[in-house]
Amino acid sequence: MNNKRYVARSTAIAARALGDETMVMSATNSTLFTLNEVATLIWEAADGATPLEEIVENKICMKYDVAPEVALKDAEGLVAELAGHGLLLISDQPIPRSKVVAA
Amino acid sequence: MPGVRAAKERSDVVVEIGGLPIRLRSDNPAFIRQIQERYAGYTDTANRPHFDFDIELAPPGTESGDEELRVMWNSGRWLMERGDFRAEWNPSTARGRIEQTMNPYSLDSVLRIVHTLLLARKGGFLVHASSAIRNGRAFLFAGVSGAGKTTMARLAPPDAALLTDEISYVTRQDEGYFAVGTPFFGELARAGENLRAPIECVYLLAKGTENKIEPIAGTDAVRGLLGNILFFARDPKFVKLVFDAAFDFVSRVPVRRLTFMPDSRVWELIV
Repeated sequence: MNNKRYVARSTAIAARALGDETMVMSATNSTLFTLNEVATLIWEAADGATPLEEIVENKICMKYDVAPEVALKDAEGLVAELAGHGLLLISDQPIPRSKVVAA
Repeated sequence: MPGVRAAKERSDVVVEIGGLPIRLRSDNPAFIRQIQERYAGYTDTANRPHFDFDIELAPPGTESGDEELRVMWNSGRWLMERGDFRAEWNPSTARGRIEQTMNPYSLDSVLRIVHTLLLARKGGFLVHASSAIRNGRAFLFAGVSGAGKTTMARLAPPDAALLTDEISYVTRQDEGYFAVGTPFFGELARAGENLRAPIECVYLLAKGTENKIEPIAGTDAVRGLLGNILFFARDPKFVKLVFDAAFDFVSRVPVRRLTFMPDSRVWELIV
């Protein structure tokens, strides 16, 4: 059984990095989000092909002193929130590149 | 037959805002006169219209109470609708059509939407801000309703030329940004002067117990500006254009917080 979750940046957004942060705007309702440094790492790695667990392990745990299960729980909360606003797609299958916006 | 020719001349008017002349046509001369009065100062143009809109007037009382605005790109044209109007505009043919009652505010809304769409393609935008020119430079005072936009306009000294007390028109030109006067007014109920000047600064308004200016940088500046930009169209390409314009704007024009007391001394800081 494959429990992996894949995340991808929605095409219905506008996004730009500024310093360590990333600003993301929903194209459907113009809501603006500011992602902090850690959230930006997840955002940039959300290519639809890399499982969330792998993103957390390689991008977060390698850089910050945080337990993998804690980091994964935080990451799951973040992606669920962003997905709720239509900024991220979540799937238990890899997400086609055509549905992913460039970082 | 002079009478016929005169009647025909009254059936259209060109309204030029931000250097974009738009011809408005109606078979109701009274409505055209109403437009001429409403947009006085913005209709005396010799420039050839870039776009034409035919206005079809519906009988009074036919508006619905639906206040939700919808702006959509569909099959090569923009569709705009609210309870009091329905409009479509095809940028390729440069023609559009507006159905509304004889209410100038409906037309005002359509013009605002059309200008946001036109400006986005040129790197500009409309923003909730009053603005004025002083010493050859434009200053914008941005904020939500109640923040003090009209108050700043009312307090402006005689040497300041008021561009608007409600919606500022920002255009990109070469490497800089200009503010342009508009007929889009708020509580002041007076059109701005039809002038333009390079933008010196955008102030995000906050009412307080003293007058002071503080710099705002980075994401705070972008967030503050984006929070006041008019986004009518829920279209990814449009949103991205305006989003990118806001970032570019903040990289070139200072954004500051202006905390002010509602008296004329605040303008001593605006130089």
